[in-house]
Amino acid sequence: MVLGTYKEIVSARSTDKQIQKVSQDGGIVTGLLAFALEEKIIEGAVVAGPGEDFWKPEPMVAMSADEIIAAAGTKYTFSPNVMMLKKAVRQYGIEKLGTVAIPCQTMGIRKMQSYPFGVRFLADKIKLLVGIYCMENFPFASLETFISEKMGVNPEMVEKMDIGKGKFWVYTQDDVLSIPLKETHGYEQSGCNVCLDYVAELADLSTGSVGSPDGWSTVITRTDDGNSIFQQAIEAGAFETKDMANVKPGLDLLKKLSAQKKDKNQKTIDKRKEMGLPVPF
Amino acid sequence: MSLIARIKQFLGFEAKPDKEAKPDSAKSADTGASKQEVEKVAEENAKPRIGYIHLSGCTGDIISLSENYDILAELLTNMVDIVYGHTLADVWWDDENPMPEMDLALVEGSVCLQDEHSLHELMEVRKKAAMVCAFGSCSATGCFTRFSRGGQQAQPAHESFVPIADLVKVDCAIPGCPPSPEIIAKTVVALINGDMDYLQPMIDLAGMTEACGCDLQTKVVNQALCIGCGTCAMACQTRALDMTDGRPELNTDRCVKCGVCYVQCPRSWWPEEQVKKDLGL
Ligand SMILES: Cc1cc2nc3c(=O)[nH]c(=O)nc-3n(C[C@H](O)[C@H](O)[C@H](O)COP(=O)(O)OP(=O)(O)OC[C@H]3O[C@@H](n4cnc5c(N)ncnc54)[C@H](O)[C@@H]3O)c2cc1C
Ligand code: SF4
Ligand code: SF4
Ligand code: SF4
Repeated sequence: MVLGTYKEIVSARSTDKQIQKVSQDGGIVTGLLAFALEEKIIEGAVVAGPGEDFWKPEPMVAMSADEIIAAAGTKYTFSPNVMMLKKAVRQYGIEKLGTVAIPCQTMGIRKMQSYPFGVRFLADKIKLLVGIYCMENFPFASLETFISEKMGVNPEMVEKMDIGKGKFWVYTQDDVLSIPLKETHGYEQSGCNVCLDYVAELADLSTGSVGSPDGWSTVITRTDDGNSIFQQAIEAGAFETKDMANVKPGLDLLKKLSAQKKDKNQKTIDKRKEMGLPVPF
Repeated sequence: MSLIARIKQFLGFEAKPDKEAKPDSAKSADTGASKQEVEKVAEENAKPRIGYIHLSGCTGDIISLSENYDILAELLTNMVDIVYGHTLADVWWDDENPMPEMDLALVEGSVCLQDEHSLHELMEVRKKAAMVCAFGSCSATGCFTRFSRGGQQAQPAHESFVPIADLVKVDCAIPGCPPSPEIIAKTVVALINGDMDYLQPMIDLAGMTEACGCDLQTKVVNQALCIGCGTCAMACQTRALDMTDGRPELNTDRCVKCGVCYVQCPRSWWPEEQVKKDLGL
């Protein structure tokens, strides 16, 4: 079960031109949260919004499609979205909440729902959890090292960052720069090295770029709710889809990367256990 | 008898209700009681006898229990027998009125070493109850009573408060300041269904008698496990935690040492099977 339990896998992208322009990949996260908001499936969503420093996100509660769109795009550093869930319910009065989460954040949310020891009246208010794939995440200072020092770019000039095809990419208004991923190794947070989940196996549905062509996303539907909301959105014309069998590079690459992450990090876990260090898994 | 066996017995796993019901129905044939009535008696006999012991706690835990409005009436009238307690049942214990036998004793509050009556009551509870549950963080970890230094009215000599597991064997713990109404409901339902898998974390947590927000630093960040998800900051019931550069930052002035942050952290323990079961994945 290298991709977790799922119902369906398709390649998809948002049909909204505005979303296509700002989103990281196929605009699945932004498109789906905006759709759910419009359909009143959710009343608001916690997303990784812009922070004070360039590219240093702050979790925020988005109450409108515009705010959800303003948070589009991947930030390769911490955005402790889980922290904002309670605020969204208590301070914003949201009864039906959506959120986007990387796999480890998904685990924090799901554990809270199964065992809400000290968390009152939140577990059942989370109506849509969109998971995104994740290989690793970086402290903000690591990003600064890649961008300022290794690439010699002023972070304020950066319009987009991406990881793909073995490289870390930075887009400015008139340049596309990259460094090979081996230059970023050792700069990721070490907590990632025991993480066995690549494709957000516990989300309502998960999405990422791997497997689909540029500008498209690979979408994995998992829970009944996740599947039905995504199908509704397709029927409403919010997304166009393609059969995974007809896209390149295809599902095999996704499976390969997920298996690689599990194998590599299982070795770290075993090594930690040998050293007597704690491991939760 | 092992804990598991005792819980199983408490849950009626080994009570062989069929065999017991037969002599009953034979007897009732003589008295002319209907089958339904017999079944009702058999059912009533199987109801767990629960006691509520209130030591040095603020009453928050029992209020949280009673916030399960939708199931409380059903719970108290049909599912359990409250045989001891000052609030839920007006039953007090003294030399003339011995404490009843209990299947489960929920103990709220830490125990004061200078309070003879509390010490005496706790010892008696341990003798009379098959299972003792540290209910709420004061009972489980000491929580904010850890800060007591005595010298206050109404009894200046009352100075030293410790989690009940320091004095008696505790079978399970439900930390929380207070525990959420949901975790209480889930635990009760699991007890009645004999769902040992769900209860296992509560059994494990009986050993956690010292807690502090600084556990996140020593047991998660220092152990190369933190991934900056923000679950701890979301869970903290006193808003003692913030996230700074993707790591929890503790305001020690606000921390009440309840342990909820560490208990909710996805990197302290991880209930994978339960989460999957709850999601249908
Ligand atoms: C740290 C990290 C590593 C990733 N690694 C991979 C990978 O190895 N392979 C892969 O296929 N995909 C990976 N992704 C996912 C990918 O980059 C896209 O985010 C995903 O495909 C969604 O694209 P989209 O166009 O549907 O989303 P968009 O419409 O662009 O929306 C993205 C959403 O993600 C949220 N978000 C952005 N940054 C963060 C963050 N740091 N933490 C939490 N939420 C955030 C935003 O708030 C926004 O709502 C990673 C994402 C992150 C954050
Ligand atoms: S690799 Fe795992 S632990 Fe690291 S950020 Fe991604 S999901 Fe979290
Ligand atoms: S930081 Fe908050 S949750 Fe953690 S022990 Fe202190 S009060 Fe409890
Ligand atoms: S809950 Fe998340 S952010 Fe907090 S200590 Fe645990 S891993 Fe780190």
